[in-house]
Amino acid sequence: MESEYIIELKGISKYFGNTCALEKIDLSIRNGEFITLLGPSGCGKTTILRLISGFEQPSGGSVHIGGDVVNNVPPEKRHVNTVFQNYALFPHMNVFDNVAFGLKMQKVPKPEIREKVMQALAMVGLQDLAGRKPGELSGGQQQRVAIARAVVNNPLVLLLDEPFSALDFKLRKRMQLEIKHLQRKLGITFVFVTHDQEEALAMSDRVVVMNQGSIEQIGSPVEIYEEPANMFVAQFVGDINVLKGEILEVTPSDLPDSNHAYLARIEGQVFSVHSDRKFNTGDKVNILLRPEDLKVEEEHLEQAPFLAGEIIETVYKGATVDISIRLDTGLELTAAEFFNEDDEDIDYTPGERVAVTWINGWEVVLLDEDA
Amino acid sequence: MKTRNPLIRIFILVVAVWLIIFALVPNLFLLLISFFKPDGHAYVAVDFTLANYQRLLTPSFITIFTDSLRLALASTLICLLIGYPFAYILARAPLRIRPWLLLLIVIPFWTSSLIRTYALINILQNNGILSKLLELLHITSEPVSFMYSEFAVLAGLSYTMLPFMILPIYASVEKLDARLIDAANDLGAGNLRTFWHIILPLTAPGIMSGCILVFLPALTLFYVPDILGGGKGQLLGNYIQMQFTKPIPDWPLGAATSTILTLVLLLMVLGYKWTLKISSQRADFDAEDEEYAGASNIPLQPRGACGLGTRIVPRRRRVSGADAGGDE
Ligand SMILES: Nc1ncnc2c1ncn2[C@@H]1O[C@H](COP(=O)(O)OP(=O)(O)O)[C@@H](O)[C@H]1O
Ligand SMILES: [Mg+2]
Repeated sequence: MESEYIIELKGISKYFGNTCALEKIDLSIRNGEFITLLGPSGCGKTTILRLISGFEQPSGGSVHIGGDVVNNVPPEKRHVNTVFQNYALFPHMNVFDNVAFGLKMQKVPKPEIREKVMQALAMVGLQDLAGRKPGELSGGQQQRVAIARAVVNNPLVLLLDEPFSALDFKLRKRMQLEIKHLQRKLGITFVFVTHDQEEALAMSDRVVVMNQGSIEQIGSPVEIYEEPANMFVAQFVGDINVLKGEILEVTPSDLPDSNHAYLARIEGQVFSVHSDRKFNTGDKVNILLRPEDLKVEEEHLEQAPFLAGEIIETVYKGATVDISIRLDTGLELTAAEFFNEDDEDIDYTPGERVAVTWINGWEVVLLDEDA
Repeated sequence: MKTRNPLIRIFILVVAVWLIIFALVPNLFLLLISFFKPDGHAYVAVDFTLANYQRLLTPSFITIFTDSLRLALASTLICLLIGYPFAYILARAPLRIRPWLLLLIVIPFWTSSLIRTYALINILQNNGILSKLLELLHITSEPVSFMYSEFAVLAGLSYTMLPFMILPIYASVEKLDARLIDAANDLGAGNLRTFWHIILPLTAPGIMSGCILVFLPALTLFYVPDILGGGKGQLLGNYIQMQFTKPIPDWPLGAATSTILTLVLLLMVLGYKWTLKISSQRADFDAEDEEYAGASNIPLQPRGACGLGTRIVPRRRRVSGADAGGDE
């Protein structure tokens, strides 16, 4: 079968001396997709890129590019290019020569080099700065040169290692958009590394969430955010409230897109919860709710079941308002609501009694492994 | 460059005054003397002439000059060929052992180079250590002497000057960002081409300083050819020294020779500036004139409709067939 995957890591392990950087990783990257490796610093993201680009050899397993095993192919013979973490532009060459370097190494004829380089520079909006040296460019411009230098070679795969980490917030946002557009335009597979979950969600077709040398979950941004596979993913990606619960009864599912329904005791109240996962009566579970999934209302007894508590504080965030609530059981929750000047509901004062609920089916239920 | 800090200004002033008194003025004297007439008793006669330079155009002086140049060039080349890989390995050695390796290079400086040159005799002489070694390896069957030959002089010069080649190259290699080498490999350059296009130009200033530091002293280290070469052929160093110390001294001739050496030095400094340009981080344009286009001057790429800011789109649940990944 002609593989739909441009890169495959099969059973990859990587040890540096005794430290294990990667433990039996399996990862398949589709041709043309924008895939992001997301995880805290030191979890092995860079190591994966270096295995793909050929700067490291796996301690076990195999790396496939375009269907071929490339374990022993040196970096200069692999058809992938990298945008390095701090750009690694050649300081003694001007922008043009930096971008032309890869083509020169491929012995592309001079006129063709000139054309391709100017095209690549135009693409990143730097055609006027071709004569400058990297030291004379701003951070964002250097970033663009690094990208042009890589994509001008038309690689099978472009690897980007935290390319925006040195940029300020605004520029970062803009570069995220530009890179995303560029990837769509070129149709080249991008493997992007970041430890910023918001960046990962915003840019990717698929996100690979990593922790301590292994993969915790692979999925689309929506899946990662809304259906975290485990507690690590839930807590690493976005804010989330964790409520302790216990399965009381397995009930027939009343929602079309959930396989299982349960009655569960959550913070002393009995709720109906839904999940694709199978649980047994008596299982201790974590109920995960995003702040924006919580509904905060004035306390009316007839709306039960609900979680009763009082307002600690409200924080105005512009588009939304963050509401901190202490439940009567002692647990603190954060809810986020859209801000609406006319809505006096949101105008809470500290100490005010409230009822917290959520829309049936929006909860994520995971087995509590610590219990 | 303007320095505001008054303390630094004072330091710079002190250094400048020092250099003027002890370097510039003596050299100007030398230049002046080279245009005066020799006078055996009063050393010089104040009388302008170009004759001293004319006297240097004799075949015997030209032989001395070219011999010296050849020896100095050869020992510079030897130092470079040995010193570059040496410095490179040193600069890439694990951080833990680097200071110790550097120390080993510096330790010989603690002994006078004159004494070290005498020590070389033990190695090079008839039945010396080198000779014994060759016999042991059955390369020769009887004792050989390497003394009083050009080989001995070259060995002595190279040995003495090697650290001066290693240290500046070491400094420039250590400054070299290893990620640039990765980047070159990544872009398809093998080791050779990475060396040629990236490593060599970026370490060129170190190479050039090393060459200057080796070449000039090698022209004038008169005791090395004296001791190891047996004073057979004269070199520039001996020649200059002799003009000042012979029974009837000829200061103007010595001064003229020195002046020529200074010219050679100036040429090499120009070469050094050229290497700085090769490895320069700035293009050849007047940075002051041109406003640095900050990020804000970059033409904006078309902006997508979707913002990347806070997630405020009402979301909805239940992604069908969510392949929850990894660890299940
Ligand atoms: N060359 C190396 N030598 C020793 N340990 C390394 C080396 N490179 C990476 N590591 C270790 O491997 C782990 C993963 O590193 P890395 O892939 O750089 O993480 P990330 O990019 O996710 O921050 C870390 O614990 C790091 O210390
Ligand atoms: Mg990293």
